[in-house]
Amino acid sequence: MGNIQIIIPMIAYLTLMLYIAYRSNKVAIQTEGKGFLQEYFIGGRSMGGFVLAMTLIATYTSASSFIGGPGVAYKLGLGWVLLAMIQVPTAFITLGVLGKKFAIISRKIEAVTVTEYLRARYKSDAVVILSSIAILIFFSAAMIAQFVGGARLFQTVTGYPYIVGLIIFGITVIIYTAVGGFRAVALTDAIQGIVMVFATIFLFFAVIKTGGGLENIMDSLYQINPAALTPDSGGAIAKPFILSFWILVGFAVLGLPQTTIRCMGFKDSKSLHNAMIIGTIVVGFLMLGMHLIGVLGSVIVPNIEVGDLAVPTITLKVLHPVLAGIFIAGPLAAIMSTVDSMLILSAATIIKDLYINYGGKDISSKRISKLSFYTTAVLGIIVFLLSIKPPELLVWINLFAFGGLEAAFLWPTLLGLYWKRGNATGALLSMATGIAAYFYFTIQKVKWLGMHQIVPTVLISLLAFIIGSYIGKKNDEDTIKLFFG
Amino acid sequence: MNNKQKNKILNKEACITIGLYAFFFIWWYAFAYGLGYQEPSKYSYVLGFPSWFFYSCILGYIVICVLLFVVVKKFFVEVDFDEE
Repeated sequence: MGNIQIIIPMIAYLTLMLYIAYRSNKVAIQTEGKGFLQEYFIGGRSMGGFVLAMTLIATYTSASSFIGGPGVAYKLGLGWVLLAMIQVPTAFITLGVLGKKFAIISRKIEAVTVTEYLRARYKSDAVVILSSIAILIFFSAAMIAQFVGGARLFQTVTGYPYIVGLIIFGITVIIYTAVGGFRAVALTDAIQGIVMVFATIFLFFAVIKTGGGLENIMDSLYQINPAALTPDSGGAIAKPFILSFWILVGFAVLGLPQTTIRCMGFKDSKSLHNAMIIGTIVVGFLMLGMHLIGVLGSVIVPNIEVGDLAVPTITLKVLHPVLAGIFIAGPLAAIMSTVDSMLILSAATIIKDLYINYGGKDISSKRISKLSFYTTAVLGIIVFLLSIKPPELLVWINLFAFGGLEAAFLWPTLLGLYWKRGNATGALLSMATGIAAYFYFTIQKVKWLGMHQIVPTVLISLLAFIIGSYIGKKNDEDTIKLFFG
Repeated sequence: MNNKQKNKILNKEACITIGLYAFFFIWWYAFAYGLGYQEPSKYSYVLGFPSWFFYSCILGYIVICVLLFVVVKKFFVEVDFDEE
């Protein structure tokens, strides 16, 4: 039978999410006419520094930062914490490199999606369609994976069946995203970010206390497994492998549409500056805290076979059920805040990049607002239904989702802003070869010089972008003026 | 501020950001592998952590946050996002 004490804090918390959606919805329906899309899909570009920082890092941190990563750290030790810390600059590099450029451009062209920026920059239908398809497919697979992870976690911790967890938080996410739009997504992300921080603090100190102090735990760890104290985990984490994470979860994060879209939604320069600082502090704290919990937990609760079960098992061991309920809200928050951002951007892609762009320019604004709500809801429900018994194909595609999005979007996004010569031919070639190369290298398990597949992928797609840009037509005057003038 | 000036500022800030990124990488790498590549029995400890881990991951995190604060407050310019 399930544990009711764990569920209560969780329900309270989910109710709060729904209340935020209700409030955001009021703002959205008051925004009549043309402003609706700007409100529903990007929150009227009104985010302040704190909300911007939190929504950026909450979107970025997913099930893997709370469950998967710490699970590996449990097995391998401090070397995996070292790897996780590569993600500290994620927030400031995204905002510092793309933030102000995106803010200016998106206001000029009224963009609410990354694809719209690509359309304005490259003026190519092929780029628009390819990027829309990439977003929809990779996002769907990733959302399902997050839902599955969340429901499994719920099952492990509360003892209630898989489907109960899926319904409780799955439906909550779908409702608050569909009803409240981007504003609700950003605000709930901010709260979810705070929940993640507190969850990490609670669990961290509980682990230290249970283990009789940090020095005591480190000493035991040295007795049990001295390799867990080394940066390479006694050879298990080779240097070329860990260094390639500076691309995978470092520099190439500049390509992820779900985080880069946030650069279109903030209010002013000051918000951006503050978000760079706050975001870095918070993301570093979460990564350090959660992964250390994995390492220290291996002393307190040894012999957990499945890495993914490490954090839930440690939690139940060291925390009182009510606190455990609050803690479990942490990873669920990480999951929901990733899914909501992908859901709203998928809906924006369908409505703005495909439907309005190709379907018809004369759709009444009332119809658009109705369609936007429905598209988000229907998309959410499809993802929900597929998560009940995930199709193998989508589970498989999810293996490529994170790197695949980077492979597709990194250079077209980045060089579109910083290289005048970059054009449609380059962007198209870069996206196609990037995705193809990433799939090929991953399936064939190509380990070039011992590095992760993303490294050769990113090099090849860069080369493709440069070659394509020199072969293709020069950009017209208007584009140059809009982006570089 | 015209568009040319704005773009110049934006390019400069992007370079500063990449510079900070490179700095954090070097710090992370130098301490982790400079101090960590030896027998665990020879490790010294700072606040309960092996020293390589303390300097690379904990102090490195604090240093980048402080540096970022100073750099952003000092060098980043408030740019108006709307057209004149």
